[in-house]
Amino acid sequence: MPDDLILETRDVAKEFRGFVAVAGVSLRVKRGSIHGLIGPNGAGKTTMFNLLTRFLPVTRGTILHRGEDVTAMAPAQVARRGVVRSFQISAVFGSLTALENVRIALQRRLGTSFRFWAPERSLRVLDDRARALLDDVDLGSLADVPAGELPYGRKRALELATTLALEPEVLLLDEPTAGMGHEDVGRVADLIQRVAKGRTVLMVEHNLSVVADLCDTITVLARGSVLAEGSYAQVSADPAVREAYIGSAA
Amino acid sequence: MSHGARRVWSGQAVFLAWATVAACGFVAPFVVYPVFAMNVLVMALFASALNLLLGYSGLLSFGHAAFLGSAAYVTGWSAKAWGMPVLVSLAAGVAVATLLGLVFGVLALRRTGIYFAMITLGLAQVVYFIVVQMPWTGGEDGLQGIPRGTFLGIDLGNSIAMYYFTYAVFLAAFWLIQRTIRSPFGQVLRAIKENEPRAISLGYDVQRYKLLAFVISAGLAGLAGSLKALAMQFATLGDVAWQRSGEVVLMTLLGGMGTVLGPSVGALLVVTMENYLSSIGSWVTVITGAVFVVVVMAFRRGIVGEVQALLGRRS
Repeated sequence: MPDDLILETRDVAKEFRGFVAVAGVSLRVKRGSIHGLIGPNGAGKTTMFNLLTRFLPVTRGTILHRGEDVTAMAPAQVARRGVVRSFQISAVFGSLTALENVRIALQRRLGTSFRFWAPERSLRVLDDRARALLDDVDLGSLADVPAGELPYGRKRALELATTLALEPEVLLLDEPTAGMGHEDVGRVADLIQRVAKGRTVLMVEHNLSVVADLCDTITVLARGSVLAEGSYAQVSADPAVREAYIGSAA
Repeated sequence: MSHGARRVWSGQAVFLAWATVAACGFVAPFVVYPVFAMNVLVMALFASALNLLLGYSGLLSFGHAAFLGSAAYVTGWSAKAWGMPVLVSLAAGVAVATLLGLVFGVLALRRTGIYFAMITLGLAQVVYFIVVQMPWTGGEDGLQGIPRGTFLGIDLGNSIAMYYFTYAVFLAAFWLIQRTIRSPFGQVLRAIKENEPRAISLGYDVQRYKLLAFVISAGLAGLAGSLKALAMQFATLGDVAWQRSGEVVLMTLLGGMGTVLGPSVGALLVVTMENYLSSIGSWVTVITGAVFVVVVMAFRRGIVGEVQALLGRRS
């Protein structure tokens, strides 16, 4: 049923001067699901993210959002449609406070972002909403701290709060727990589960226990192609997947 | 908490900055030659306009002399040949610089980093050769004897009067720059400067924001040029030459890019050196070059930037 699919790729490929990073991937992300994208290093997971969010142009293939072709759109345009990504390295605006970070996301809808003559205090109408979003990720007490001074795990939480400020329909999370300590991993996993309600999440993740806990569907990529797809139990039992992961994980 | 302290301090710093500029500006024409003081003001405005790009948008333009110079010529011609009132001549100069900024911006923003800088430099050279070739610009001689006219019945031919006129326009423009930095638009610029991909992923068409910043900066650089033409009563090739573009980058870095007062401090220093050391001829260039090297190597934040960092550490 196509209307069940919120994000779909048809035979999408990306080549960099002859190097094939993604070799014809057809991905079907169901509305309301948490979909995991896993695979060994160099499998093309991040490239897929960049293609889906239009940060890179595809070499061939089609990308559909809600059944509409978005293959030729600008990245900011795709973001405004509600397909919002996070980044592998934490992407916060370091010199802006946590509150200002979230406010930047809220600000666009206010429609005053080109007003260079308006005072900054005209943005204060957004502060309550921004604080509520920070509270959601337990950052309320750190609202006035410059984002660059937050510990790593808290930066990821801030990034998530900023992303959620856009009320995205589809969240694309690129390794949300990368580089985190044990405690933070659990906290972020809980957070993802919480914010996934009423949304669709597509996440690249290396931590297989997080993937096992959170994801409804998992697509395994290897060398730019789909190796297997299904529930965690299904893909982890797949001999081809086990072989691809020998030496790295399972 | 240290973060709270910094916020308060930055509010105080802004106020202090304003008070300092205002006080110095008021007494200046009685302490130094008014024409020298006006030269400092217009170059301070020029550098502050560049700072909007370099310091707050992360864009290095190497062609800003094109806006300064073209506005100077247009204002000069408007006042001299057409006898237009001061404000009309100023507006004409600013309008031409703004339009030119739009053209430069649309073309140069297709590239980033050093390529962006090179395109601005190339386009500025095109403007330079157009100015050299045009019959009305006076070629090597430039436009001489530009009348200052009157404003609200006051004869601006009087240098003290012209100084306060320049000073008032400078303060208004300086205020507009500060407002721009601290506006909703300025917030987006900061975000783009710090993490452009992230700003895109939040749905911002970053190119349009950069273009607006470039156009505002060009218009204000033009305002500086227009004021310069009236204050000095001439417009010369020196104002459209690439050396002028380099000089304004130097002023901004010297004073501290991305700081409120840095560009003005840098302009004051460079103009003072050029003025008081002019008797030793081309050695001025050697000295400014040496100062520049020292600043880049030892005080990377620039003078104001270093002072702020020092005060910030203490509080």
